[in-house]
Amino acid sequence: MSVDNICRLTEFSPHCGCAAKVDAASLHDIIHKLPVSVSKNLIVGTETFDDAAVYKLDNKTALVQTVDFFPPIVDDPYLYGQISACNALSDVYAMGGKPMTCLAIVCFPTKKLPLEILSRILKGGSDKINEAGALMVGGHTIEDEQPKYGLAVTGIIHPKKAITNANAKIGDELILTKPLGTGIIVTAAKAEIVKETDLEAAVNSMCFLNKSAAEIMQAIGVNAATDVTGFSLLGHLHQMAMASNVCVELYMNQIPILAGVMEYASLGMIPEGAYNNRKWLERIVTFDSGVEQVRQDILFDPQTSGGLLISVGKDKAQKLLRRLRNAGLKSANIIGRIVKGKKGAIEVLEK
Amino acid sequence: MSKEIDCRGLACPLPALKTKKALDTIESGRILAIVDNHAAKENVIRLANFLGCEVNLEKKGDDFYLTITKT
Repeated sequence: MSVDNICRLTEFSPHCGCAAKVDAASLHDIIHKLPVSVSKNLIVGTETFDDAAVYKLDNKTALVQTVDFFPPIVDDPYLYGQISACNALSDVYAMGGKPMTCLAIVCFPTKKLPLEILSRILKGGSDKINEAGALMVGGHTIEDEQPKYGLAVTGIIHPKKAITNANAKIGDELILTKPLGTGIIVTAAKAEIVKETDLEAAVNSMCFLNKSAAEIMQAIGVNAATDVTGFSLLGHLHQMAMASNVCVELYMNQIPILAGVMEYASLGMIPEGAYNNRKWLERIVTFDSGVEQVRQDILFDPQTSGGLLISVGKDKAQKLLRRLRNAGLKSANIIGRIVKGKKGAIEVLEK
Repeated sequence: MSKEIDCRGLACPLPALKTKKALDTIESGRILAIVDNHAAKENVIRLANFLGCEVNLEKKGDDFYLTITKT
Protein backbone atom coordinates (compact mmCIF):
# COMPACT_ATOMS: atom_id res chain seq x y z
CA MET A 1 0.00 0.00 0.00
CA SER A 2 1.92 3.09 1.16
CA VAL A 3 5.53 3.28 0.04
CA ASP A 4 6.46 0.67 2.60
CA ASN A 5 5.69 3.05 5.40
CA ILE A 6 8.63 5.31 4.65
CA CYS A 7 6.45 8.20 5.73
CA ARG A 8 2.95 9.28 6.57
CA LEU A 9 2.14 11.47 3.61
CA THR A 10 -0.63 13.34 5.48
CA GLU A 11 1.94 14.58 8.00
CA PHE A 12 2.95 17.01 5.29
CA SER A 13 -0.50 18.61 5.22
CA PRO A 14 -1.84 20.68 8.08
CA HIS A 15 -5.15 20.73 6.18
CA CYS A 16 -6.56 17.73 4.40
CA GLY A 17 -7.86 17.71 0.83
CA CYS A 18 -10.43 20.34 0.03
CA ALA A 19 -10.30 21.53 3.65
CA ALA A 20 -7.07 23.24 2.53
CA LYS A 21 -9.13 25.72 0.51
CA VAL A 22 -8.89 29.40 1.37
CA ASP A 23 -12.11 30.17 3.24
CA ALA A 24 -15.08 31.33 1.19
CA ALA A 25 -15.51 34.70 2.91
CA SER A 26 -11.90 35.74 2.19
CA LEU A 27 -12.15 34.45 -1.36
CA HIS A 28 -15.32 36.45 -2.05
CA ASP A 29 -13.60 39.61 -0.80
CA ILE A 30 -10.60 39.08 -3.08
CA ILE A 31 -12.54 38.10 -6.19
CA HIS A 32 -14.97 40.99 -5.89
CA LYS A 33 -12.06 43.43 -6.18
CA LEU A 34 -10.92 41.98 -9.50
CA PRO A 35 -12.14 43.29 -12.84
CA VAL A 36 -14.83 41.03 -14.30
CA SER A 37 -14.05 39.47 -17.68
CA VAL A 38 -16.92 40.04 -20.08
CA SER A 39 -17.51 38.39 -23.43
CA LYS A 40 -20.64 37.33 -25.25
CA ASN A 41 -19.07 33.90 -25.50
CA LEU A 42 -18.44 33.51 -21.78
CA ILE A 43 -21.41 31.43 -20.60
CA VAL A 44 -20.18 30.89 -17.04
CA GLY A 45 -17.55 33.17 -15.48
CA THR A 46 -16.57 34.01 -11.92
CA GLU A 47 -19.69 35.83 -10.73
CA THR A 48 -21.81 32.84 -9.74
CA PHE A 49 -18.97 30.88 -8.05
CA ASP A 50 -19.77 27.94 -10.28
CA ASP A 51 -17.66 24.78 -10.59
CA ALA A 52 -16.00 25.56 -13.89
CA ALA A 53 -15.83 28.28 -16.52
CA VAL A 54 -17.75 27.69 -19.76
CA TYR A 55 -16.66 29.47 -22.95
CA LYS A 56 -18.54 29.08 -26.22
CA LEU A 57 -16.33 28.33 -29.22
CA ASP A 58 -19.14 27.95 -31.76
CA ASN A 59 -22.79 26.92 -31.79
CA LYS A 60 -21.98 23.29 -31.09
CA THR A 61 -19.06 23.40 -28.71
CA ALA A 62 -18.12 25.20 -25.53
CA LEU A 63 -14.97 24.73 -23.47
CA VAL A 64 -15.34 23.77 -19.80
CA GLN A 65 -12.26 24.71 -17.77
CA THR A 66 -11.28 24.13 -14.18
CA VAL A 67 -8.29 23.60 -11.90
CA ASP A 68 -8.08 21.92 -8.51
CA PHE A 69 -5.21 20.70 -6.35
CA PHE A 70 -4.48 20.03 -2.70
CA PRO A 71 -2.01 18.47 -0.23
CA PRO A 72 -2.17 14.74 0.67
CA ILE A 73 -5.48 13.60 2.11
CA VAL A 74 -4.48 9.96 2.65
CA ASP A 75 -1.10 8.32 3.29
CA ASP A 76 -1.16 6.03 0.29
CA PRO A 77 0.29 8.04 -2.64
CA TYR A 78 -1.53 6.04 -5.31
CA LEU A 79 -4.91 6.62 -3.62
CA TYR A 80 -4.09 10.30 -3.03
CA GLY A 81 -3.39 10.67 -6.77
CA GLN A 82 -6.68 9.00 -7.64
CA ILE A 83 -8.70 11.12 -5.22
CA SER A 84 -7.15 14.39 -6.33
CA ALA A 85 -7.68 13.62 -10.03
CA CYS A 86 -11.23 12.48 -9.37
CA ASN A 87 -11.90 15.70 -7.48
CA ALA A 88 -10.51 17.88 -10.29
CA LEU A 89 -12.42 16.04 -13.02
CA SER A 90 -15.58 16.46 -10.97
CA ASP A 91 -15.87 20.17 -11.71
CA VAL A 92 -16.31 19.37 -15.40
CA TYR A 93 -18.88 16.68 -14.59
CA ALA A 94 -20.77 19.09 -12.34
CA MET A 95 -21.38 21.27 -15.41
CA GLY A 96 -22.61 18.21 -17.31
CA GLY A 97 -19.45 18.29 -19.47
CA LYS A 98 -17.05 15.69 -20.82
CA PRO A 99 -13.38 16.02 -19.74
CA MET A 100 -10.96 15.89 -22.67
CA THR A 101 -7.44 16.89 -21.61
CA CYS A 102 -5.66 17.20 -18.28
CA LEU A 103 -2.50 18.99 -17.14
CA ALA A 104 -0.92 18.00 -13.85
CA ILE A 105 0.03 20.55 -11.19
CA VAL A 106 2.68 19.13 -8.90
CA CYS A 107 4.56 20.46 -5.88
CA PHE A 108 7.02 18.02 -4.34
CA PRO A 109 9.96 17.98 -1.89
CA THR A 110 12.33 15.87 -4.02
CA LYS A 111 15.12 16.12 -1.44
CA LYS A 112 12.96 14.91 1.43
CA LEU A 113 10.78 12.24 -0.10
CA PRO A 114 11.60 9.40 -2.49
CA LEU A 115 10.61 10.07 -6.09
CA GLU A 116 8.82 6.72 -6.05
CA ILE A 117 6.09 8.45 -4.02
CA LEU A 118 5.63 11.11 -6.68
CA SER A 119 5.56 8.44 -9.32
CA ARG A 120 2.74 6.62 -7.50
CA ILE A 121 0.75 9.83 -7.03
CA LEU A 122 0.97 10.50 -10.77
CA LYS A 123 0.05 6.89 -11.58
CA GLY A 124 -3.07 7.20 -9.42
CA GLY A 125 -4.06 10.39 -11.23
CA SER A 126 -3.33 8.96 -14.61
CA ASP A 127 -5.43 5.83 -13.95
CA LYS A 128 -8.44 8.01 -13.03
CA ILE A 129 -7.93 10.17 -16.13
CA ASN A 130 -7.98 6.99 -18.23
CA GLU A 131 -11.14 5.80 -16.51
CA ALA A 132 -12.69 9.19 -17.30
CA GLY A 133 -11.80 8.71 -20.96
CA ALA A 134 -9.69 11.89 -20.93
CA LEU A 135 -6.03 12.40 -21.84
CA MET A 136 -3.07 13.32 -19.68
CA VAL A 137 -1.21 15.84 -21.86
CA GLY A 138 1.37 17.56 -19.68
CA GLY A 139 1.93 19.46 -16.49
CA HIS A 140 4.26 21.50 -14.34
CA THR A 141 6.31 20.45 -11.33
CA ILE A 142 7.99 22.63 -8.72
CA GLU A 143 10.03 22.02 -5.58
CA ASP A 144 8.00 22.65 -2.45
CA GLU A 145 8.25 21.69 1.21
CA GLN A 146 4.72 20.30 1.13
CA PRO A 147 3.53 17.91 -1.60
CA LYS A 148 0.52 19.05 -3.60
CA TYR A 149 -1.11 17.47 -6.61
CA GLY A 150 -4.02 18.21 -8.85
CA LEU A 151 -5.18 18.85 -12.38
CA ALA A 152 -6.21 21.60 -14.72
CA VAL A 153 -8.95 19.98 -16.78
CA THR A 154 -10.40 21.07 -20.09
CA GLY A 155 -13.68 19.56 -21.18
CA ILE A 156 -16.34 20.20 -23.74
CA ILE A 157 -20.08 20.61 -23.69
CA HIS A 158 -22.83 21.77 -26.05
CA PRO A 159 -23.24 25.48 -25.19
CA LYS A 160 -26.98 25.03 -24.58
CA LYS A 161 -26.46 21.98 -22.37
CA ALA A 162 -24.20 23.46 -19.71
CA ILE A 163 -25.75 22.70 -16.31
CA THR A 164 -24.95 25.68 -14.11
CA ASN A 165 -25.73 26.32 -10.46
CA ALA A 166 -27.94 29.27 -11.45
CA ASN A 167 -31.14 27.67 -12.70
CA ALA A 168 -32.69 25.81 -9.74
CA LYS A 169 -36.48 26.27 -9.89
CA ILE A 170 -39.05 26.54 -7.14
CA GLY A 171 -40.59 23.09 -6.62
CA ASP A 172 -37.40 21.22 -7.71
CA GLU A 173 -36.20 18.29 -5.65
CA LEU A 174 -32.55 18.19 -4.56
CA ILE A 175 -30.55 15.01 -4.99
CA LEU A 176 -27.13 14.37 -3.43
CA THR A 177 -25.21 11.50 -5.05
CA LYS A 178 -22.57 10.67 -2.40
CA PRO A 179 -22.57 10.48 1.40
CA LEU A 180 -21.09 13.31 3.51
CA GLY A 181 -18.30 13.18 6.05
CA THR A 182 -14.99 12.77 4.16
CA GLY A 183 -13.42 15.73 6.00
CA ILE A 184 -14.31 14.29 9.41
CA ILE A 185 -13.15 10.77 8.44
CA VAL A 186 -9.73 11.93 7.21
CA THR A 187 -9.34 14.04 10.37
CA ALA A 188 -10.08 10.93 12.45
CA ALA A 189 -7.58 9.04 10.29
CA LYS A 190 -4.95 11.66 11.06
CA ALA A 191 -5.65 11.10 14.75
CA GLU A 192 -5.30 7.36 14.09
CA ILE A 193 -8.64 6.57 15.66
CA VAL A 194 -10.48 5.71 12.44
CA LYS A 195 -11.79 2.21 11.81
CA GLU A 196 -10.21 0.67 8.72
CA THR A 197 -13.62 -0.06 7.18
CA ASP A 198 -14.82 3.52 7.72
CA LEU A 199 -11.72 4.95 6.04
CA GLU A 200 -12.02 2.48 3.19
CA ALA A 201 -15.65 3.47 2.55
CA ALA A 202 -14.66 7.16 2.49
CA VAL A 203 -11.74 6.50 0.13
CA ASN A 204 -13.93 4.43 -2.19
CA SER A 205 -16.46 7.26 -2.28
CA MET A 206 -13.75 9.86 -3.01
CA CYS A 207 -12.33 7.64 -5.80
CA PHE A 208 -15.73 7.25 -7.47
CA LEU A 209 -15.88 9.46 -10.57
CA ASN A 210 -18.91 11.70 -10.97
CA LYS A 211 -18.89 10.62 -14.63
CA SER A 212 -21.93 8.33 -14.50
CA ALA A 213 -23.88 10.86 -12.43
CA ALA A 214 -23.11 13.57 -15.00
CA GLU A 215 -24.15 11.38 -17.93
CA ILE A 216 -27.38 10.36 -16.21
CA MET A 217 -28.35 13.93 -15.29
CA GLN A 218 -27.65 15.04 -18.88
CA ALA A 219 -29.79 12.20 -20.25
CA ILE A 220 -32.72 12.96 -17.95
CA GLY A 221 -32.50 16.75 -18.03
CA VAL A 222 -32.04 18.71 -14.81
CA ASN A 223 -32.22 22.38 -13.90
CA ALA A 224 -29.04 22.96 -11.91
CA ALA A 225 -26.07 21.12 -10.44
CA THR A 226 -22.85 21.62 -8.55
CA ASP A 227 -20.38 19.33 -6.83
CA VAL A 228 -19.97 19.30 -3.08
CA THR A 229 -16.36 20.00 -2.07
CA GLY A 230 -14.51 22.27 0.34
CA PHE A 231 -17.31 24.70 1.09
CA SER A 232 -19.47 21.83 2.41
CA LEU A 233 -22.97 20.77 1.44
CA LEU A 234 -24.42 23.96 2.92
CA GLY A 235 -21.83 26.23 1.28
CA HIS A 236 -22.26 24.87 -2.22
CA LEU A 237 -26.02 24.75 -1.78
CA HIS A 238 -25.99 28.37 -0.63
CA GLN A 239 -24.03 29.35 -3.75
CA MET A 240 -26.60 27.51 -5.88
CA ALA A 241 -29.49 29.19 -4.07
CA MET A 242 -27.87 32.63 -4.44
CA ALA A 243 -27.13 32.14 -8.14
CA SER A 244 -30.65 30.78 -8.75
CA ASN A 245 -32.37 33.41 -6.59
CA VAL A 246 -34.20 30.80 -4.52
CA CYS A 247 -34.47 29.42 -0.99
CA VAL A 248 -33.94 25.80 0.12
CA GLU A 249 -35.46 23.31 2.56
CA LEU A 250 -33.25 20.36 3.57
CA TYR A 251 -34.40 17.14 5.26
CA MET A 252 -31.71 16.19 7.79
CA ASN A 253 -32.78 12.56 8.11
CA GLN A 254 -32.60 12.02 4.34
CA ILE A 255 -29.01 13.23 3.95
CA PRO A 256 -26.58 10.33 3.34
CA ILE A 257 -23.67 10.24 5.81
CA LEU A 258 -20.66 7.90 5.81
CA ALA A 259 -20.44 5.28 8.56
CA GLY A 260 -18.65 6.41 11.71
CA VAL A 261 -18.90 10.14 10.96
CA MET A 262 -21.33 10.90 13.82
CA GLU A 263 -19.00 9.27 16.33
CA TYR A 264 -15.82 10.93 15.06
CA ALA A 265 -17.51 14.33 14.94
CA SER A 266 -18.68 13.83 18.54
CA LEU A 267 -15.07 13.10 19.51
CA GLY A 268 -13.98 16.48 18.14
CA MET A 269 -12.54 15.22 14.84
CA ILE A 270 -13.91 18.17 12.89
CA PRO A 271 -11.56 19.94 10.45
CA GLU A 272 -10.95 23.66 10.83
CA GLY A 273 -12.59 24.27 7.44
CA ALA A 274 -15.94 23.16 8.87
CA TYR A 275 -15.76 25.97 11.43
CA ASN A 276 -14.85 28.46 8.70
CA ASN A 277 -17.83 27.27 6.68
CA ARG A 278 -20.11 27.62 9.72
CA LYS A 279 -18.87 31.15 10.41
CA TRP A 280 -19.50 32.13 6.79
CA LEU A 281 -22.98 30.58 6.63
CA GLU A 282 -24.46 30.83 10.12
CA ARG A 283 -26.57 33.88 9.35
CA ILE A 284 -28.30 32.27 6.37
CA VAL A 285 -28.86 28.72 7.62
CA THR A 286 -31.49 27.86 10.22
CA PHE A 287 -31.86 24.49 11.93
CA ASP A 288 -34.87 22.74 13.46
CA SER A 289 -34.35 22.49 17.20
CA GLY A 290 -34.03 18.69 16.86
CA VAL A 291 -30.95 18.95 14.64
CA GLU A 292 -28.21 18.85 17.24
CA GLN A 293 -24.79 20.46 16.90
CA VAL A 294 -22.93 17.36 15.74
CA ARG A 295 -25.29 16.76 12.81
CA GLN A 296 -25.04 20.45 11.92
CA ASP A 297 -21.25 20.06 11.91
CA ILE A 298 -21.52 17.31 9.28
CA LEU A 299 -23.40 19.66 6.95
CA PHE A 300 -20.52 22.18 7.29
CA ASP A 301 -17.81 19.52 6.78
CA PRO A 302 -15.51 20.27 3.81
CA GLN A 303 -15.80 17.41 1.32
CA THR A 304 -13.12 16.13 -1.02
CA SER A 305 -14.28 14.63 -4.30
CA GLY A 306 -17.85 14.85 -3.01
CA GLY A 307 -20.99 14.00 -4.90
CA LEU A 308 -23.09 16.02 -7.28
CA LEU A 309 -25.88 18.12 -5.83
CA ILE A 310 -28.62 18.17 -8.44
CA SER A 311 -31.75 20.31 -8.65
CA VAL A 312 -34.30 18.46 -10.76
CA GLY A 313 -37.98 18.90 -11.64
CA LYS A 314 -40.26 16.97 -9.26
CA ASP A 315 -41.61 14.80 -12.09
CA LYS A 316 -38.12 13.51 -12.95
CA ALA A 317 -36.66 13.14 -9.46
CA GLN A 318 -37.58 9.49 -8.80
CA LYS A 319 -36.36 8.37 -12.21
CA LEU A 320 -33.07 10.21 -11.75
CA LEU A 321 -32.62 8.73 -8.28
CA ARG A 322 -33.29 5.20 -9.53
CA ARG A 323 -30.78 5.51 -12.35
CA LEU A 324 -28.11 6.97 -10.06
CA ARG A 325 -28.51 4.12 -7.59
CA ASN A 326 -28.38 1.57 -10.42
CA ALA A 327 -25.10 3.15 -11.54
CA GLY A 328 -23.53 2.27 -8.18
CA LEU A 329 -24.35 5.45 -6.24
CA LYS A 330 -26.18 3.48 -3.55
CA SER A 331 -26.33 6.36 -1.05
CA ALA A 332 -27.89 8.85 -3.50
CA ASN A 333 -31.01 10.38 -2.04
CA ILE A 334 -33.53 13.20 -2.28
CA ILE A 335 -32.37 15.53 0.48
CA GLY A 336 -34.57 18.58 0.11
CA ARG A 337 -36.39 20.91 -2.21
CA ILE A 338 -36.32 24.40 -3.65
CA VAL A 339 -38.89 26.74 -2.13
CA LYS A 340 -39.95 30.36 -2.27
CA GLY A 341 -38.30 32.62 0.26
CA LYS A 342 -35.27 34.71 1.00
CA LYS A 343 -32.63 34.38 -1.71
CA GLY A 344 -29.82 32.05 -0.65
CA ALA A 345 -31.43 31.01 2.65
CA ILE A 346 -31.39 27.38 3.81
CA GLU A 347 -33.71 25.81 6.38
CA VAL A 348 -32.66 22.41 7.74
CA LEU A 349 -35.65 20.38 8.90
CA GLU A 350 -35.48 17.25 11.02
CA LYS A 351 -37.57 15.05 8.68
CA MET B 1 -4.86 19.94 41.18
CA SER B 2 -5.67 19.44 37.53
CA LYS B 3 -3.41 17.94 34.92
CA GLU B 4 -2.43 20.49 32.27
CA ILE B 5 -2.24 19.77 28.55
CA ASP B 6 -0.80 22.60 26.51
CA CYS B 7 -2.10 22.30 22.93
CA ARG B 8 -1.01 25.72 21.75
CA GLY B 9 0.56 25.61 18.30
CA LEU B 10 -1.08 22.26 17.50
CA ALA B 11 -3.36 21.80 14.49
CA CYS B 12 -6.57 19.75 14.56
CA PRO B 13 -7.08 16.93 15.38
CA LEU B 14 -4.21 16.92 17.90
CA PRO B 15 -5.78 19.08 20.65
CA ALA B 16 -8.92 16.92 20.84
CA LEU B 17 -6.83 13.75 20.60
CA LYS B 18 -4.44 14.77 23.38
CA THR B 19 -7.35 15.77 25.58
CA LYS B 20 -9.06 12.44 24.93
CA LYS B 21 -5.91 10.53 25.83
CA ALA B 22 -5.53 12.53 29.05
CA LEU B 23 -9.17 11.93 30.01
CA ASP B 24 -8.79 8.22 29.26
CA THR B 25 -6.00 7.97 31.84
CA ILE B 26 -8.01 9.29 34.77
CA GLU B 27 -10.96 7.75 36.62
CA SER B 28 -12.25 11.15 37.69
CA GLY B 29 -10.87 14.61 38.27
CA ARG B 30 -9.93 17.69 36.31
CA ILE B 31 -7.88 18.39 33.23
CA LEU B 32 -6.87 21.81 31.96
CA ALA B 33 -6.55 21.98 28.17
CA ILE B 34 -5.01 25.12 26.70
CA VAL B 35 -5.66 25.81 23.02
CA ASP B 36 -5.02 28.80 20.79
CA ASN B 37 -7.61 28.61 18.03
CA HIS B 38 -11.37 28.45 17.58
CA ALA B 39 -11.51 25.04 15.89
CA ALA B 40 -9.41 23.38 18.62
CA LYS B 41 -11.56 25.00 21.32
CA GLU B 42 -14.80 23.82 19.71
CA ASN B 43 -13.44 20.31 19.12
CA VAL B 44 -12.31 19.94 22.73
CA ILE B 45 -15.74 21.15 23.93
CA ARG B 46 -17.52 18.63 21.68
CA LEU B 47 -15.28 15.83 22.92
CA ALA B 48 -15.80 16.71 26.57
CA ASN B 49 -19.57 16.96 26.18
CA PHE B 50 -19.68 13.64 24.33
CA LEU B 51 -17.74 11.97 27.14
CA GLY B 52 -20.18 13.39 29.67
CA CYS B 53 -17.68 15.80 31.23
CA GLU B 54 -18.32 19.31 32.41
CA VAL B 55 -16.41 22.09 30.62
CA ASN B 56 -15.53 25.52 31.88
CA LEU B 57 -14.12 27.96 29.33
CA GLU B 58 -11.94 30.94 30.10
CA LYS B 59 -10.31 33.24 27.53
CA LYS B 60 -6.86 34.56 28.40
CA GLY B 61 -5.42 36.83 25.72
CA ASP B 62 -5.47 34.83 22.49
CA ASP B 63 -5.67 31.49 24.30
CA PHE B 64 -8.58 29.44 25.58
CA TYR B 65 -8.35 27.61 28.91
CA LEU B 66 -10.75 24.69 29.12
CA THR B 67 -11.19 23.09 32.51
CA ILE B 68 -12.74 19.67 32.00
CA THR B 69 -14.21 17.79 34.93
CA LYS B 70 -14.69 14.04 34.69
CA THR B 71 -16.94 12.51 37.32
